[in-house]
Amino acid sequence: MTWDLAFEVRRGGFTRALEVRSEHRVIALVGASGAGKTSLLHAIAGLLRPTRGHVVVDGQCLFDAVRRIDIPAHRRRIGYVFQDARLFPHLDVRGNLLYGLRGDAVREPRFGMEHVVELLGIGPLLARDIHGLSGGETQRVALGRALLSQPKILLLDEPLSMLDMDRRDELLPYLQRVRDDARLPMIYVSHYPDEVRRIADEVHRIPG
Amino acid sequence: MFGFSPQELAAIALSVKVAVVATLCSLPFGIALGWLLARARLRGMLLLDTLLMLPLVVPPVVTGYALLVLFGRQGAIGAFLHDALGITLAFRWTGAALACAIMGFPLMVRAIRLSIEAVDPRLEQAAATLGANRWRVFFGVTLPLAWPGVLAGAVLAFAKALGEFGATITFVSSIPGQTQTISSAIYGLMQVPGGESGIWRLTVVAVAISFCALLLSEWLARRQRANAGTRA
Repeated sequence: MTWDLAFEVRRGGFTRALEVRSEHRVIALVGASGAGKTSLLHAIAGLLRPTRGHVVVDGQCLFDAVRRIDIPAHRRRIGYVFQDARLFPHLDVRGNLLYGLRGDAVREPRFGMEHVVELLGIGPLLARDIHGLSGGETQRVALGRALLSQPKILLLDEPLSMLDMDRRDELLPYLQRVRDDARLPMIYVSHYPDEVRRIADEVHRIPG
Repeated sequence: MFGFSPQELAAIALSVKVAVVATLCSLPFGIALGWLLARARLRGMLLLDTLLMLPLVVPPVVTGYALLVLFGRQGAIGAFLHDALGITLAFRWTGAALACAIMGFPLMVRAIRLSIEAVDPRLEQAAATLGANRWRVFFGVTLPLAWPGVLAGAVLAFAKALGEFGATITFVSSIPGQTQTISSAIYGLMQVPGGESGIWRLTVVAVAISFCALLLSEWLARRQRANAGTRA
């Protein structure tokens, strides 16, 4: 079982629940904006504590309310690509990419710097300040930064939503390359069903 | 040089030394408490905040007296420092630094707290998902982004320390060459006839240093607000 997710989170007076059991590697969560998709991803990443339930991915338990397991975010090995990218403004592109590449991974990374840079076509950006990047470039750097932290799971929260329609078609192939290259369990969140069909093996609808 | 007497020059040098030491020694505590007030959600934060702000409003002579009672040779802490570590604070320049550090601390903590609050917590979350523990998040993301504001707080505390009078003179008196700062030298000159020219010289120095420090502090604070915003 790749995904065994059953939990509830409370955010601003609302309760959101997710129940997904799936063998598929790449799944999508779709739902209208305000359906709480981001809160659900935050719970999987350890940024928000569920009120009950469990989060098990690839047999590894990240959270279980009953067994009192709650692995802190920084030890979950989750590559999270945020909707708003969240690049560090005090670092250049290279500094952002390398932020999460530490420890044993420096010597034998599963996702190495050269490989990731090549995969995402961000070589020419390395020395750039992040403030000058376009929306698509920003998301590619965010994606690269997440991969270089050597994650075991990828969470992508509407990575195309900051881009206008033309730019989406530019970024989508990169997302597909990462999906096929990284071979990681991946959750893709979006509110566009057509976008989701090009990425995910299975789609779960979040009631709004 | 500009007609400064040796005693005036000694007062200026001592003031700067006291203010620098007071600022540098209190900065780590200021950063820690500023972070705590900005980010930690604990019981008693309001109380802690109030206690930290107290030196700003309590009469300085009361703070000085409290220091004398606690850190004097007979005081609870002072006796221990003297007997166990050989450190004396009362009537020494180190005591002046302690008094100035306490008087400048509220300003420092407030500025640092505001600058840390201005750092986007979503960037700290991003750092956590990239494997950074609390310490790395703080030293790798929060502090660099808050840094100009932290410096602004330090400069503000420096300016405050430079001008401190009440607590300092109560705790360490005004011994020329040893504990006499610009402020206490001016006060001393006011007690003697013919001191006007010295008063004016020291006043100009005090105003000039304070003005430059405030200007630097404001400039740093503005830069921080522009930098730590939510862009990216």
